[in-house]
Amino acid sequence: MDAFIHGLTQQIRQAHDAKTALAIHGGNTKAFYGGPVAGQALDMRPYTGIIDYEPKELVLTARAGTTLAEIETTMAKENQMLPFEPPYFSQGATIGGTVASGLSGPRRPYTGAVRDFVLGARIVNGKGEDLRFGGRVIKNVAGYDVSRLMTGALGTLGVLLDLSFKVLPTPREEMTLRYEMDEATAILRFNEWAGRPLPISATSWHEGVAMLRLSGAIAGVKAARETLGGDPVATAEADQFWCDLRDHRATFFQTAEPLWRLSVPSTTAALQLDLPHWMEWGGALRWVRGSADIKALREKVQAAGGHVTLFRGGDKASGVFHPLPPVLAKIHRNLKAAFDPVNILNPGRMDNF
Amino acid sequence: MALLSSTALLEDLSRITPALNVIVDHERLRPFETDAFISHRAMPMCAVLPESEAQVSSILKSCSARGVPVVTRGAGTGISGGAIPRDDGVLVVLTKLNQVKRVDPLARTACVGPGVRNIVVSEAGAPHGLFYAPDPSSQLICSIGGNVAENSGGVHCLKYGLTTHNLMQVRVALSEGEVVVVGSLALDSAGYDLLAVVTGSEGMLGLITEIVVKLQPLPEHVETLLAAFPSVTDAANAVGRIIGGGVIPAALEMMDKMVIEACEKFMAAGFPLDAEALLLIELDGVEEEVAEQLTQVEAVLCDCHAQEIRRAKDDIEREKLWKARKGAFAALATIRPDYYTIDGTIPRRCLPQVLARYEVLAHEYGMLVANVFHAGDGNLHPCIFYDATVPGEMERSEELGGKMLEICVEVGGTITGEHGVGLEKLKQMCIQFRPNEIAAFHAIKAAFDPSGVLNPGKGIPELKRCSEWGGMHVRNGEMPRADIPRF
Repeated sequence: MDAFIHGLTQQIRQAHDAKTALAIHGGNTKAFYGGPVAGQALDMRPYTGIIDYEPKELVLTARAGTTLAEIETTMAKENQMLPFEPPYFSQGATIGGTVASGLSGPRRPYTGAVRDFVLGARIVNGKGEDLRFGGRVIKNVAGYDVSRLMTGALGTLGVLLDLSFKVLPTPREEMTLRYEMDEATAILRFNEWAGRPLPISATSWHEGVAMLRLSGAIAGVKAARETLGGDPVATAEADQFWCDLRDHRATFFQTAEPLWRLSVPSTTAALQLDLPHWMEWGGALRWVRGSADIKALREKVQAAGGHVTLFRGGDKASGVFHPLPPVLAKIHRNLKAAFDPVNILNPGRMDNF
Repeated sequence: MALLSSTALLEDLSRITPALNVIVDHERLRPFETDAFISHRAMPMCAVLPESEAQVSSILKSCSARGVPVVTRGAGTGISGGAIPRDDGVLVVLTKLNQVKRVDPLARTACVGPGVRNIVVSEAGAPHGLFYAPDPSSQLICSIGGNVAENSGGVHCLKYGLTTHNLMQVRVALSEGEVVVVGSLALDSAGYDLLAVVTGSEGMLGLITEIVVKLQPLPEHVETLLAAFPSVTDAANAVGRIIGGGVIPAALEMMDKMVIEACEKFMAAGFPLDAEALLLIELDGVEEEVAEQLTQVEAVLCDCHAQEIRRAKDDIEREKLWKARKGAFAALATIRPDYYTIDGTIPRRCLPQVLARYEVLAHEYGMLVANVFHAGDGNLHPCIFYDATVPGEMERSEELGGKMLEICVEVGGTITGEHGVGLEKLKQMCIQFRPNEIAAFHAIKAAFDPSGVLNPGKGIPELKRCSEWGGMHVRNGEMPRADIPRF
């Protein structure tokens, strides 16, 4: 692996000197996400392997090219999990791509996002410098929190090498409940339930059907189920449901139409967009499918306190990510210049500053 | 700074805020000379107490235009010296921005000014069955703005996270006076995760003028256990086995013999006096869930040779146990007049080894060291006792503390888990980070604060100081080789 890092830093230094763009990739399972990048391919898949995993410490460190499948299989043997339920989208998803995209799955509002569990990152910046930030301990406030800054930066600030995470025990029991209710009721219920000490781990609403997942100790799930009513869903069916939602395999997401990701305050009322939509994250995430006037959509969502991403498909020319206010955009440009002064790392992938 | 321009600045400040809020006379400045890192102090040029975000912004504009350094202060409870003033600078004190502006029970958020005290946020949530989770031991007096600046932890962060995990959005006044919104009321925001960078930035990137925090539902049921062990190793094993067995306690605190004795003397908490280590364990959640975990935890404790296990029967007993733990530092002051608390974090598996090395070091220096810490997350708080009236003792305590932090870095940990770097740990930053990493930190600061007026000289050491100090990078037992390319 030292040889790989040596080659990588050399390649980046050469690209830096020649100002050649690099397009970083792992399993290419999220290639659809973000602005278009043209550049020399930088394949991270050979940089693989779990470096350190001590279940009692609740800490795992892996190389960026390690597949999510390998990590989750290893952790399952110890009854532990990556708490942010990362989407795979398709086979071959890597941990590096997961951190770079910063995307989390259905458990996110209740347990935390990928950024919440990243403890440390070793990166190579756009000058070919091998840098380490954070560490392998749960609490660490030495220096600015660069490992979290890397999360969701889509590789534009550095090539991710080694990544450390806080992990959690897998809940012993899981149960999914199904309800028929309209969208407004679902938004209200999801928020009310989240304000009570209930072991909720996922929520979804689509076309009049709300789904609620409980995760925790056996007795706790049982007690919550009695309080919450609803119809229990068979385990296999429920697992399939959450997996299909996480990986966008449900029919709603299988579309050639543009897919919009609307991240909004969880109490935001139904958006009345006249387009097919799917709500999760307790109301804080609304997926919308179909052609929309991007300007009007952004204005509406921004007024509600949220932001819009053209998640998949559509015309990327009018921007994938929500435009930033000028002062924030300036800070983004300054940070980009600090880590990647000649703009060779995934240029254009994050397209809003 | 020339007298003329400092007079002009003072005139500016008195126009921006009511003149009463601009303090220049030495008597009234005295309380602002230091924060809770009391071994260092400096008299600022002036202190100013703005009453609004607009005033904060104007103050910054005025200072940065003149190149005058700005140090921000909240309640002044920080123990790494982040809020210690500079004699050539202005101290901006945010305690007047102390309004709880909104509590949204449905969205489970509270919007507060930076000067609001930590405990007040939880009190505001309580009528709705909600609380604010991070609870540093100074929670009765420390301010939320300071918590954000330091990314404060507390005893409940193993389960509920640090400040960085409990924030939605902050408003930040930048050095040139612009105000930006970082984060959002949604679960993420567009662009880079600037909220993560601002949190824990120790007043070096901007001044936080408003904070929206996440509130959590108050747990339905709480159980508090106290277990006494014949050795630190037994207690450490119990911690590993509880967590490895799938239980994440709300809190998991360890105290060594010296702390036990001090607490007993100071507040008669009823801790067993013949134990070498105590574990204070709190489980919370749904009643049935807690009951299930309680059985599991008690079995582990017995298996790890616990001499005695006590379970708080009611809230009164629970509060007594916690009062002792949170007041441990005050209790320790009864042993010797002054103490110095360290804040390193280590991988938990190294706990017995590191504590043994601390004991050897303490013996070498001839100083008393007591340990009280967050065992669940490996965050150590050794207390070094000294008498400031004895010449050289304070300096020796700081030297010993520095060596203890170096051990943390050597075993793969960090020099600070929750107290921040401030002035205190600048030297150890040179040990934890290599020159190009420190250069990256400076570049991040410049990205937010191009004029460099915000809390200069704190948090991140100047590279040339690192070489002056002879700081060598030691990590995971690797030999220092900072200048050699690492392949």
